[in-house]
Amino acid sequence: MKITEELVDYVSTLSRLRLPQEEKAKMAGELEQIVTYMDTLNTLDTDGVEPMSHTFPLKNVLRADEVVPSADREVLLSGAPDRDEETFRVPKAVE
Amino acid sequence: MKELLELSALELGAAIRAGDVSIAEATQTALDAMAEREPSLNCFITAAGEQAMARAQALQAGVKEAKSPLYGVPMAIKDNICTKGVKTCCASKILGDFAPPYDAAVTERMAEAGAVSLGKLNMDEFAMGSTTETSFYGPTRNPWDTSRVPGGSSGGAAAAVAARACWFALGSDTGGSIRQPASFCGVTGIKPTYGSVSRYGLIAYASSLDQIGPLARTAADCAAVLDAIQGRDRRDATSLDVPAGSLLSRLTGDIRGMKIGLPSQCFGEGLEPQVADAVKATAAVLEARGARVETFSFPLMKYMVPTYYIIACAEASSNLSRYDGVKYGWRAPEYEDLTDLYCRTRTEGFGSEVKRRILLGTFVLSSGYYDAYYKKALQVKALIKEAFDRAFEQYDLLLTPVSPTTAPKLGESLSEALKMYLSDIYTVPANLAGLPALSMPCGFDGGVPIGAQLIGPALGEAAVLNAAHAFQLDTDYHRRSPYGKEVK
Repeated sequence: MKITEELVDYVSTLSRLRLPQEEKAKMAGELEQIVTYMDTLNTLDTDGVEPMSHTFPLKNVLRADEVVPSADREVLLSGAPDRDEETFRVPKAVE
Repeated sequence: MKELLELSALELGAAIRAGDVSIAEATQTALDAMAEREPSLNCFITAAGEQAMARAQALQAGVKEAKSPLYGVPMAIKDNICTKGVKTCCASKILGDFAPPYDAAVTERMAEAGAVSLGKLNMDEFAMGSTTETSFYGPTRNPWDTSRVPGGSSGGAAAAVAARACWFALGSDTGGSIRQPASFCGVTGIKPTYGSVSRYGLIAYASSLDQIGPLARTAADCAAVLDAIQGRDRRDATSLDVPAGSLLSRLTGDIRGMKIGLPSQCFGEGLEPQVADAVKATAAVLEARGARVETFSFPLMKYMVPTYYIIACAEASSNLSRYDGVKYGWRAPEYEDLTDLYCRTRTEGFGSEVKRRILLGTFVLSSGYYDAYYKKALQVKALIKEAFDRAFEQYDLLLTPVSPTTAPKLGESLSEALKMYLSDIYTVPANLAGLPALSMPCGFDGGVPIGAQLIGPALGEAAVLNAAHAFQLDTDYHRRSPYGKEVK
């Protein structure tokens, strides 16, 4: 399958990445090579095969709904790149 | 002191319990080896020598009550496993100096067993790579030949164990990241059954494939580590409620009547003849101990790598969306608005291999391509699982190479991403099917190690380890040291 620079732009936007112009053509070429190789799967007939996300049967795991302390706010905020007393700080998101 | 470094973890643990060696003495010996070898190898991102010595002193008082055979043994931890208050950054710029507010389940369990952590080990960024060259902190080098890579992504772990800078290490394996570096560095490593070790506190790459396991000098050491870390943990919803803790006691070396299958498709095109010969010689050793070995056809091999990379990248693109420069880690210094903050932080904070996999994963999940790639891969995964089920109706274990080649030179692999991905062909099947698989040293080519892989059925760790133990009773590849004179 052909991977164009437009498609690289599209998936970059979805991924919140912004490749510099000079890297786009290279990335498009690399992705095309890999995706073309992934197309090998088309030579295998999978009609009627149920997709498998986990190899072992997973079931809902329930636990008693007990009240326990949550993590300490100061500890969680201590790793933030920017913060105030109580919250993470980011640029204004809503006008 | 050199002799101490050549002991296995269990031998050192026994010497500590017998009072022949103090924990501080063992720790200092490892720290000295680290100081001597680290400048040429770069195994560690964070060395915690002072904490380790303090811990060693504190542990000594409890040596008489020690329950684990690994009590007091110095070890180290891959940098994607959370250690409370100790920098854990997945070898990525984007995590900055992140110090987790909690311990991973395996970190807690190793601490309960009485292990001494020497620090955090280098790796490919977010465990994405086969060479440990994608680390933001520079590549790790192979102790057997410093012009070569140690493999990856647990390259720091494998190199540190091989370099005698620790007696064992905890790594993680998503598509071979324990086994392939173990093979390249001449150590023994096992990826256990998916769900048998808690992933709580393991920084996620591909959650349905990731599993934590040990790298050590011997199969018996690996059994002892798994005994300490396996078992149900309610904080990981995929954690299995199965008995754990008896692997070491079940190692007998008796493999008479064990049926071992060699998949013929694992010995074909692309495999270096020296590697093929060493793995076949491994089969002969196991046969001499009473196993029955036969070749059989395992036809889905050519679909393994594409299936793996579709699933792994899809999950990675989702898992890595949490790195946005807000809650922890690094943030780009300049930005205009919130979206710009995300984009600049991620674009400048991730390395090129990570970005390539995020883009691939986003592509295979995107509208219009989901069915053709992601859904298709999940269907092929179901067929792969069935193929393994059929193989294990006939055989107790499978024997294959770990990697088609021995360790490549630095810089050879990254120039061609697809070629690097293809070299994962023998290791990714066990992750796709969730099976236990072990790598053990089985020979040398030009002075660098070759590894053989044993794959077992789900929860078949005991058989896998017993076969490896039997092999190690009759061979000495696992005992050879890069600092011994006999190997060249």
